[in-house]
Amino acid sequence: MADETNPIQVSRRDMLRAAATAAPVLAIGIRFGTAQAATTAPADFKPNALLTIDGTGQIALALPKTEMGQGVYTSLTMLVAEELEVAPQAIRVDIPRGESGLFGKLDQGTGGSTSIRECWEPMRQAAANARAALVDAAAARWKVPASECRAQAGSVVHAASKRTAPYGALVAAAAALPVPEKAPLKTAADGFKVIGKPQRRLDSRAKVIGTAEYGIDVRLPGMKVATLAQSPVFGGKLGAADEDAAMKVKGVRKVVRLPDAVAVVADHYWAARKGLEALAPSWEDGANAVATQAAIVSSYAEAAQQPGNAAMGKDGIDAATLAKAMEGAVKRVSAVYEQPFLAHAAMEPGNCVVHVKDGGCEIWTGTQVPGSARDEAAAALGVPVEKVVLHNRLMGGGFGRRLEADYILRTIEVAKQVDAPVKLVWSREEDMQHDLYRPFYHDQIEAGLDAEGKPVAWNHKITGSSIMARLYPKYFKGVDADAVDGSVKTPYTLPAQMVEYVRHESAVPTSWWRGVGGARSAFVVESFVDELAYVAGKDPLAYRRALASDPRAQAVLDLVAEKSGWAKPAPAGRARGVALIHTWDTYMAQVVEVEKDAENGVRVVKVTAAVDCGQPINPLGIEAQVEGGIVFGITAALFGEVTIANGRIEQSNFHDYRMLRISEAPAIATYIVPSDQKAGGMGEPPVATIMPALANAVFALTGKRIRKLPIAKALTA
Amino acid sequence: MTITVNVNGKDRTVDVDEDMPLLWVIRDVLGMTGTKFGCGAGMCGACTVHIDGEAQFACQTPIAAVGKAKVTTIEALQDNPVGKAVQQAWIDADVVQCGYCQPGQIMRATALLKATPKPTDEQIDEVMYANLCRCGCYPRIRAAIHRAAAAKGTV
Repeated sequence: MADETNPIQVSRRDMLRAAATAAPVLAIGIRFGTAQAATTAPADFKPNALLTIDGTGQIALALPKTEMGQGVYTSLTMLVAEELEVAPQAIRVDIPRGESGLFGKLDQGTGGSTSIRECWEPMRQAAANARAALVDAAAARWKVPASECRAQAGSVVHAASKRTAPYGALVAAAAALPVPEKAPLKTAADGFKVIGKPQRRLDSRAKVIGTAEYGIDVRLPGMKVATLAQSPVFGGKLGAADEDAAMKVKGVRKVVRLPDAVAVVADHYWAARKGLEALAPSWEDGANAVATQAAIVSSYAEAAQQPGNAAMGKDGIDAATLAKAMEGAVKRVSAVYEQPFLAHAAMEPGNCVVHVKDGGCEIWTGTQVPGSARDEAAAALGVPVEKVVLHNRLMGGGFGRRLEADYILRTIEVAKQVDAPVKLVWSREEDMQHDLYRPFYHDQIEAGLDAEGKPVAWNHKITGSSIMARLYPKYFKGVDADAVDGSVKTPYTLPAQMVEYVRHESAVPTSWWRGVGGARSAFVVESFVDELAYVAGKDPLAYRRALASDPRAQAVLDLVAEKSGWAKPAPAGRARGVALIHTWDTYMAQVVEVEKDAENGVRVVKVTAAVDCGQPINPLGIEAQVEGGIVFGITAALFGEVTIANGRIEQSNFHDYRMLRISEAPAIATYIVPSDQKAGGMGEPPVATIMPALANAVFALTGKRIRKLPIAKALTA
Repeated sequence: MTITVNVNGKDRTVDVDEDMPLLWVIRDVLGMTGTKFGCGAGMCGACTVHIDGEAQFACQTPIAAVGKAKVTTIEALQDNPVGKAVQQAWIDADVVQCGYCQPGQIMRATALLKATPKPTDEQIDEVMYANLCRCGCYPRIRAAIHRAAAAKGTV
């Protein structure tokens, strides 16, 4: 199950030791709560998480989610370590191949802040069952009741007789016994030893000394390296290309023509790159060549005039009810918000290695969806899925970009025409101009307020591209459930609430982007609530607290107010903004302090974040997500915008698609609410919260309400 | 053409065009993949290596321009006491997330600390400005550099 190589920690000594271990192996998997033990995993056994303990006592975990920087390599290992009564460092983490159904209900697909939420119960259960099996084996050997034995530091202990057996000595016996299916799980009340304790990342060392292997680092015997040019206009076709000139470049081996792209295959990237320049391809632009940014923006505004599809489900109200509630308002406030297309710009550009052979192919890449990408690869090649092997690697950033299999499918197209493994590497420019972008959104929102300034009616219409409709057309019933997430259910009590959705597509392909629908909603809802607070003449934090009936939402607001010194005025020349979210089972509030800046209009000085993500797993990891998500969100809010001219993406590299740099990064303080509630997600919430919090701080500082991102453009135009 | 470069203390002879960037010689010819490709334009710093101890963009350095200079990559940084202290500080401060930019960050931070053993935040910003981190590890990068500076002082 686990891959033959471990991209993180593989060392020759470990491999030799593993190879020399002929001792029996206890493999524990779970199938929706059904535990099985076997000396080897049977071919038809598809567990949803897999632990292996060998005769040396080495515990190996096949990581069911993918690591792109968010820290599951560490946090999911902690869940297993807790139940197995070992230190997280004692567990070897293996990155498994892509295989749909390998982990049962746990899809390998990693996105939407779901890893901890999905794995919390089944992974601890798998480990608890393993622990119980080892205890049973020891009890049987010692002929004592299992209830008198306990697991402790990688061994089973019988205190009364002072006997101890390390796990490795018990695996053969444990494998022969039935494995408990529902061993009791530890609870916070029992006292966690690992969960909730700060744990430094387990993958740091390899990343710091340069041995960590990302997809782009894969090297195979006989491998060729290719790079490509794709039609600059979406939907265009390849025209002429000077293949003779390309082939004259030293090291170039082949030119691969595709309907809408061309690749140059060479001995190394530089030869491929020079070959591509010599090739000088021309393009038949097609119908999208006339697409302009202004026309696309207008088309969304026009589409927003159509009737929308009701998004509130059973809580929905009809137009008459809304109209009546609006009539009862003392004051009505409305606004239109626009959010631009955004590129992902992960530091590791697109890449994939494919070897097409033996009626199938072998793939090496870093993907957020190893299972479904393998399925897509098999479909693209027209071969049974068993003929495709997908080796996953670490990702140099995902942010949703690697939820799409397009890098892999493109590489297969090239590799089909090459009799060797091919590594296809996107230049930064190709990567930025052929992304699947965060959708452009046009939101119309209106509230009716009572004499106190509280909403009595709420009307919100969201117009945008639907990723759900593209990916899951069978299940799309007119409302994109992701796009309206955080709009339908806000942290507030909103009477007479209507939310509608209009799907509208442009020439620009779209996909998931860190923060997903909840972040697009948070920018609109939290900016608008801020507008309402000012209209009502109320303090924006106090206004939110009064609207939020959920005590956990109130608690993060109280905490952020206290820690940011909200009650005291900001220092001279500075102003503060606040935002609150409750999405991905996590509550977060942030206070942002800003000052004026000559270059960008505004500079973020410091951010205070309060988070209640239920039971914290790794406080250090939570803080890392808060810090990183805030920097990511400031980059987007301040600078982020991809635009179209003549059907082409105008931005190409980091000079015109700006990232926050270290000199622009604020001080960030994170406060975690202690909790034993259901664990929530942490990847998206900080991004969702910072964007409106920053826009609200800009209003407090300048009096300018940001209804169109990005902020730097709005302030310096 | 045949060109000899000194990488991590060893002379390596490669048969490549003079304009081939050092980055691709290191990664695709010599097979050392710790040095990363990010932008190909000197804008992200993922490819940062040391050339005679100075932090340089390997993607902007034609191989012929290296001459007799000594190139050091992340693979050999542990042999340098300052480099080793920086790497340890990176682990202790729990800096990394995806980790892709970190070899470049660490190479630049090491060069900074060699030139400026006790940098201020402003001095850190001025130098580390060249390196992007998409995961947003900047607060911890700053903390790790201060930590390495302090540790180095106690050696």
